[in-house]
Amino acid sequence: MTPERLARGQELVARYPKPQSALVPFLQYCQEQDGYVTAQAMRDAAELVGITPGEVESIASFYTLLFKEPVGKHIIQVCRTLSCMLGGAEDLQSYIKRKLGIGHLETSADGQYYYEEVECLAACDRAPCLQHNLEYHYDVTPANFDQLLESWQAAPPQPVMPAE
Amino acid sequence: MPTFEPVIMKGIGEMDLADIDVYERGGGFSVLRKVMREMTPDAVAAVVTESNLRGRGGAGFPTGRKWSFLPKDGRPRYLVCNCDEAEPGTFKDRMLLEKTPLQLIEGLVISAYAMGAKQAYTYIRGEFLEGSRIFRRALAAAHSRNYVGDRILGSDFSLDIVVHRGSGAYICGEETAQLESIEGRRGEPRLKPPFPAIAGLYGMPTVVNNVETLCYVKHIVDRGAQWFAKIGPEKSPGPKIMSVSGHVRKPGNYEIPLGISARELIEEYGGGLLPGRTLKAFQPGGASSAALFEEDIDVAIDFDSLAAKRTMLGSGGFVVMDDTACMVNCARTLTRFFEHESCGQCTPCREGGQWVARMVARLEAGEGSEEDLRVLNVINNTITGTNLCPLGDSIMPFLASVLKRFPDEFAAHVAHGGCPLKRMAAVVA
Repeated sequence: MTPERLARGQELVARYPKPQSALVPFLQYCQEQDGYVTAQAMRDAAELVGITPGEVESIASFYTLLFKEPVGKHIIQVCRTLSCMLGGAEDLQSYIKRKLGIGHLETSADGQYYYEEVECLAACDRAPCLQHNLEYHYDVTPANFDQLLESWQAAPPQPVMPAE
Repeated sequence: MPTFEPVIMKGIGEMDLADIDVYERGGGFSVLRKVMREMTPDAVAAVVTESNLRGRGGAGFPTGRKWSFLPKDGRPRYLVCNCDEAEPGTFKDRMLLEKTPLQLIEGLVISAYAMGAKQAYTYIRGEFLEGSRIFRRALAAAHSRNYVGDRILGSDFSLDIVVHRGSGAYICGEETAQLESIEGRRGEPRLKPPFPAIAGLYGMPTVVNNVETLCYVKHIVDRGAQWFAKIGPEKSPGPKIMSVSGHVRKPGNYEIPLGISARELIEEYGGGLLPGRTLKAFQPGGASSAALFEEDIDVAIDFDSLAAKRTMLGSGGFVVMDDTACMVNCARTLTRFFEHESCGQCTPCREGGQWVARMVARLEAGEGSEEDLRVLNVINNTITGTNLCPLGDSIMPFLASVLKRFPDEFAAHVAHGGCPLKRMAAVVA
């Protein structure tokens, strides 16, 4: 583990009565740096909190915001639950998939875009909604999605998945 | 227009309540000052118990009673603030977190004082990154003015609050799954008993309270138990935020006095239905609640009146569906949700949830059979009530209710090989 990563890990461990509580926060931190949760990050996490890498993988696999393989730089997560569906999410989803040429849980060939249909994002009054690298966008329509896409291309996100 | 004056939503949209100077100018932290100056922890707890406040997270358990279960045995105890809002149709806690985080902190500190907790955790849903940033800034500001931290406002009471960000899992809103998650494990609900009050976080006595609940505590302590108890029905009192969405003109969060009718909520608060549409169904309490229909429009919105209709107030996620909504499509969306979110521990939820979702998806795609309908009509008995936590019991209520009310619509999907509503729309277009 790099000294920098160890230092951050120890800071997180110090927040809790037991080290394992820092596991997910530490993986979030590693993901922020690496773009996804790498095998090395899982080994580092195991060492940090005193469990096996296998246990870390089992825990990491439980949480949908921890990516276990590389994903695009732009993470686009569109709500697919009831209120958004009533507000036209299906049309939006088809449009985005056609536009980006990728499907649910896929990353574009150039490594730019990752697309996912997710469950309720708690923004049902502004349906349909989506998150781009965890930032909310409301009342999204096929027409204003193009504008969003242009603004994202003009200012690429850093980091892809912020930890805090 | 509704005349009820908002309590915990007061000032939202008018001023920046996340700014500590603004919050203080509006009277913020005066209740905490009063508590620290002149109230014992037991006196605070007594007011909350007397108010009959029931938890705003979904289960509706009396808050004062929940606190009273903590054993007085000298072990450290924890307060966990549940901000893992993910019940479909509910978006009130995210608003409170982002728009009035200091009110939440004030309620949290008062509650921790009442129960004698020196350590609190705020579990914030992973998707609420922006909310967690706003909350952390508010917490640092509150800390700098000694509303949180060591010897709060010169008293003997100290409280540390740790922010724990989730990482994507609906089930972590269930209190024991949330404790597992804070301990760094998979968010799988625990077998109860023991209840968290006896053996909770790190095995210690723990109370898990919802964001909205903690916000109300502040106002109950300020204005008195009787003020709260006199709003709404006797056994289900107080104001409550309803998240109204779906087919209404003005979707949004509305703070209502419990006990008003669904009609009033839809028409007066939600602005009514869209032009030319009629009401088909509504879910009063999130994805886990059974649907109600046109004929139920005058039902009172409170814990007991909705329970009497075999549905629930839940978290207050009120979703309106008009005559353009296909019930098979709605049921497919919601059964897929539960299939996706099952933690996988209990067979009826993991396997049953998958099969139900597959059958409903089949029906929607026009590939369903009479046999699928027969199975869906009886499977309720083998899924509901056979799981560790309420998630498994939430798979069937909506589906069973719409299947019973609109059997012809489901049958038509089999007979016509797909959705007759969609086909009609295509012909008209």
